[in-house]
Amino acid sequence: MSPAGATPAPALALADAIRSGERRAVEVVEASLAAIAERDGELHCFNLVLADQARARAAEVDRMVAAGEDPGPLAGVPVALKDNLCTRGIDTTCSSRILAGWRPPYDATVVTRLARAGAVVVGKTNMDEFAMGSSTETSATGPTRNPHDTSRVPGGSSGGSAAAVAAGFAPLALGSDTGGSIRQPAALCGVVGMKPTYGTVSRYGLVAFASSLDQIGPFATTVADAAGTFDVIGGHDPADSTSLDRPTPRVLSVLDEGIAGLTVGVVRELLDGADADVVARIRAAAEVCAAAGARVEEVSVPEVALGLSAYYLIAPAEASSNLARYDGVRYGLRVEAPDAASMNVATRTAGFGAEVKRRIMLGTYALSAGYYDAYYGQALRVRTRIIEGFERAYRTCDVLLGPTSPTTAFPLGERLDDPLAMYLSDVCTIPSNLAGHPAISVPFGTGGDGLPVGAQLLAPALGESVLFRAAAVLEAGAPPAGDPGAVDPGAGGAVTGEGAR
Amino acid sequence: MTGGDLGGWEMVVGLEVHCELKTATKLFCGCPNVFGDEPNTNVCPVCLGLPGSLPVLNQQAVELAMAIGTALGCEIRPSTFHRKNYFYPDMPKDYQISQYDEPINVDGHLELPDGSVVGIVRAHLEEDTGKTTHAGGTGRIHGSDYSLVDYNRSGVPLVEIVSAPDIRSAAQARAYAAELRGVLVATGASDGRMEEGSMRVDANVSVRRGPDAPFGTRCEIKNLNSLRSLARAVEYEARRQIEVLESGGTVAQQTRHWDEDAGRTVTLRSKEEATDYRYFLEPDLVPVVPDAQWITAVADTLGMLPAARRARLVDLLRADGGAGGAGAAPTAAQQDQIATVVDLGLDDLVVGTVAAGVAAPLTLARAANEAATEPELARGLDPVAFAALLGMEESGSLSATQVKSVLAELMRSGGDPAAIAAAKGFEALAEDTLVATVAELVAAHPDEWQRFCDGDDKLAGFFTGQVMKATQGKANGKAVAAELRRLRG
Amino acid sequence: MPGRYSISRDDVAHVAMLARLELSDAELDTYTDQLGAVLDHAADVAALDLAGVPPTSHALALANVLRPDEPRPCLDRAEVLASAPAVEDDRFRVPSIMGEAP
Ligand SMILES: [Mg+2]
Ligand SMILES: [Zn+2]
Repeated sequence: MSPAGATPAPALALADAIRSGERRAVEVVEASLAAIAERDGELHCFNLVLADQARARAAEVDRMVAAGEDPGPLAGVPVALKDNLCTRGIDTTCSSRILAGWRPPYDATVVTRLARAGAVVVGKTNMDEFAMGSSTETSATGPTRNPHDTSRVPGGSSGGSAAAVAAGFAPLALGSDTGGSIRQPAALCGVVGMKPTYGTVSRYGLVAFASSLDQIGPFATTVADAAGTFDVIGGHDPADSTSLDRPTPRVLSVLDEGIAGLTVGVVRELLDGADADVVARIRAAAEVCAAAGARVEEVSVPEVALGLSAYYLIAPAEASSNLARYDGVRYGLRVEAPDAASMNVATRTAGFGAEVKRRIMLGTYALSAGYYDAYYGQALRVRTRIIEGFERAYRTCDVLLGPTSPTTAFPLGERLDDPLAMYLSDVCTIPSNLAGHPAISVPFGTGGDGLPVGAQLLAPALGESVLFRAAAVLEAGAPPAGDPGAVDPGAGGAVTGEGAR
Repeated sequence: MTGGDLGGWEMVVGLEVHCELKTATKLFCGCPNVFGDEPNTNVCPVCLGLPGSLPVLNQQAVELAMAIGTALGCEIRPSTFHRKNYFYPDMPKDYQISQYDEPINVDGHLELPDGSVVGIVRAHLEEDTGKTTHAGGTGRIHGSDYSLVDYNRSGVPLVEIVSAPDIRSAAQARAYAAELRGVLVATGASDGRMEEGSMRVDANVSVRRGPDAPFGTRCEIKNLNSLRSLARAVEYEARRQIEVLESGGTVAQQTRHWDEDAGRTVTLRSKEEATDYRYFLEPDLVPVVPDAQWITAVADTLGMLPAARRARLVDLLRADGGAGGAGAAPTAAQQDQIATVVDLGLDDLVVGTVAAGVAAPLTLARAANEAATEPELARGLDPVAFAALLGMEESGSLSATQVKSVLAELMRSGGDPAAIAAAKGFEALAEDTLVATVAELVAAHPDEWQRFCDGDDKLAGFFTGQVMKATQGKANGKAVAAELRRLRG
Repeated sequence: MPGRYSISRDDVAHVAMLARLELSDAELDTYTDQLGAVLDHAADVAALDLAGVPPTSHALALANVLRPDEPRPCLDRAEVLASAPAVEDDRFRVPSIMGEAP
C-alpha cells in the first residue's frame, strides 16, 4: 500500500501551493496570525507572537516567487519556535524570569536553516522553564492548555509548540527533546513529534538543558511534514562539535516505501506502567504494522526500566552546570546585592522557578564530592546498559513500538507538587535520549477519556529512514479522528466514542 | 632574601605554570587571541558563554600543546575535556573547560642548565578567564567598591604544566621557570611574556627535615608574576614554614598570595574552604585522539630546544680549545655567555661566525657582551660580516673598543665592516707610533714601570689604559701588551 | 517516608550554597522531601552492581572534531553590552568581588 507520504500534506502542500503561485504566503501567514489572535488568549501557546516580522517575511517569500526564485521547500509555511531557540534580536526566554528581556545576538542554526528553506516564524512558544517539566506548567509565563481539553495539560516541555500545531496556529513547530519533551506533548496533543538521532540536528543556538541528551526536532500534523522538516533542519554543522559529519538520512523521499518484511518489536517494558486504554491502542498499532506486511514480535528490553532513575541523575547534573551562567553578570535578570556572590544568589533565587531549582540542586548533589560515584557515575554505567539492551533488541528488530506516554493528557495541577509523579510521565521516552536514538510519536486514536494517544516508534542510531517509513504506516492505519480506534476488550469499559476535537 | 642554607631543612617545591598559547584565535571560538585590544571587542557568543553557544576546539592549540609535550619528553595521550564548576565573574559560563583525568601530555621531564632534572607530571589544555579590574578603594580586590570585567582574554588557550615536587631551592625554581620559558618560546607555543601574563606561575612549597624525611604539608602560592617574585616567594615561604615548625606549630594546608611589595605570603584560604568543583566530562566536546602520524608530524615542526642549543655551543668551544685547551669544559663566565646567547637567540649567529673562521671563545664573548646589547638587531647580523669584523680584532688591526663601535654601526645599517672601520678612521695604529707612545708613557710613570718590572702584572692594565687614552682607543690591546713585555725583557 | 538514600536537610542546604541559591526554612523542608523522594527512586540505580560496566557520557563515538585556527567576526560591542545589567568603561560592572578565584 501507499501510505500518507504520497499525498501532499498541510505544510508541504502549502509550500507547494505558494511556490507555484497558487497561494500567497501573506494570506497563509495572515490566517495563522488570525487563528492565534482568536484562541491563544485561552491556550497560551505563545510567549511572543511575531506578527510584523512574519508578515514582512511572507511578503519577501511572495516577492521571490513572483521573481521566479525558489524560496525553498518550506516556502511561506508558518512555523512556531520553542522559546529556547535563539533568535537574533528577538526575546528568547526559556519561559524563565532569569532571561526575561534577553535578546540573543545570533540565530540558532536551525533557525537559519528554516529561514533558508523559506519558512516564516510566527512566534516563540511557551515551555516548561528551561525545558524542565512534562506539562508546560513550570513556565514563568503561566501554563499552556491542551487544545483538546483546556482543563488538561498539553504535556511538556515543548507544550506550547505541540499545542500550537494541534490548535491549527501553525502547521509546523520546532521543539527540543531531552527526555521526551517533543514526543510526550505531541502524544498528549494528538500531533506528530519526532526526536532525531543525537548529533543529526545542530544544537547550536538551543539553550542547553542537558547537553548530552538535547535534540531539536519537528512537530507537524503529518508524518510527511515532520520528515520534510527534519530534512531541512538536519545535517552537519561545524559550530556543534557533537554534530555528525556524515550524510543525514533524507527521509521524505523514502516515506512511502512501507515496512513489508521488516520486524517491529513491541517493547514489553514500555507497556508495563501504561494505562490499559493506552496499551490497547499500541496493540492496535502493532496490528497495523502486521497488516502492512511487517513481522511483529514482543521483545523485552529490561534495561529501559532503569532509564528514569539514570535520567533524573544525568540530566540534572548537566543542567546544574549549564544553568550556572545565569548569574546576573552579563545578561538577563540581576537582583542587586552588596557583593558579587550575594548578587549571584539573589539573582538566581529570584530568577529560577521551583522545578529548575529542584533540578539544579539534584544535579549539584549527584556531582558533588562523595556522591559522584554512587549517583552520577552509576547513572552513566546504566546508560551503557540501556544502549546494550537496545543493541540486543535491534539484532532481531528493525523498529520498536510502544506508547509515548503511559497516560493521556492529565489535568492541570495534578502532578505539579509531586515531582516524582511528574517525572514518571517521561518513563517511555527517556530511554531513546539516553541511547541517542531517534524516536517518533504518531497520533493513534484516543484513550478512554477521548483524548489523543500517541504510538511511539524507536529506531537505532541514524535509523530515521525506517523510523519514518513505519510512522507513515501507522499514520495511514490510525483510527480516523473522532474514532477511538479498535475497542480493546481488556480496557475496562472506559472507552467512549467521543471524538478528539 | 638569603638563599641556600635552611639549617638542616630541605624545601620541596613543585610548580604549576600556565602558559597562554600563541594561536591566532581562542581555544573554542574564532575570536582573535591578541593582547591589549579595546575591552570586550574580541568576544562572541561562545567566549561570552551566551545561552545556546557551543565550543569547537582549535586544532592549532592542540598541536601547540602536543609540541610542548614533545619538547618536555611527555607521552602524548588520548585526552578529554571536563567542566570545572565554580562561580566567578571573570568566567562567563561559571565553569572552566579543562583537561582533568585524561590530559593530553603526561610523564615528561625538563633538564636544567646545571644538569638537574625536574619531572613533568602533566601538561594539559584549558581555557583562560576574562580580566577583572577592581575599581574604587585601593584598586585591589580587597576593599574595592566594584569590579569591571573584560572578556577579551576569556577562552584564550592555556597549557598548564605541572612539575613533580622535584625542586629543592629557590634558585632551582627560578632556573626551572626560566628554562621552561625558553622551551615554550622555542616550540613557538608562547611568547613567554610574564609581564603580560602570558606565563603565570603558582608554586607548591613544603619543607622537611632532610632528603629522606616524608613530604610536609604544602601551601600553594599564587600571583608570582616574575622570575624574581618566584624565587623570593619560594624562599620566604620555606622559611616561614620552617619557623612555624621550629616553634612547635604545624603548617596548615593553604592557598597563599605573594605580596610583592611586602615581600611575604599571606593566607588566601584554607583547605576547608576548598571548592567542590564537581568535575564531569564536557558533553559539548569529544575526545582528542592523536595517532602516531599526527604526533610525528607535530614533532617534525619542532625547532632545536634550548638545552640542545646550549650543547651545540659547548661543543664549539671544546672543538676550538675552549679556555683551557682542547676538550676542556667551558669556564663559568662562558657558561653565562652561552646562556645569554641561547636566551637571546644569538646562537645561530655564533655558529655561523665560528664556521667563517673566527675563534669560538672570542665569538661567544662578543656575541654575549656586545651583540647582546641590541638582541633584536643582532639576530639580523650576517655571520660573514660579523666574522670579518672579529677577524680584524684577531689580527690586531682593530681594538676591542673599535670593534664595539663598528659593530653598533654594522647592526644598525649593515655593510662592510672594513669600510665602516675606515670611515670611522679606525686604521690600525702604525707600529712605530705604538712603540713611541708606550716608551713615552713608561718614561712618564717610572714608579708604575718599576712595579711592573718587579712582577706586578696588574700594571700591564694600567699602561694599556694609558695607551688607549693617548691613542683614543686606536691601539690594539694585545699589541700594547706585547710591547710592554718586550720592554721589560 | 525517607529511605536509605535520602538526602539530609544539611545536604540540601550545602547543595543550595554550592548552586548559589537561597532557600527559606520552609523551602528547605520541601526540597529535602522532594529530592529525597527522587533519590530514593534512584536507589535502584545506586544499588546495582555495575562494576566492569564502562560509563557512557556521550551517545556518540566521535573524536578529533577540530576547527582551523582562523579568525571569525566578533560581536558588536554595543550589542553585547546592551544586554548587560550594568556597564562602565565598556566593561561589565559587578558588585565588589570578595575573594580571589578558587
Ligand atoms: Mg588550571
Ligand atoms: Zn569568542
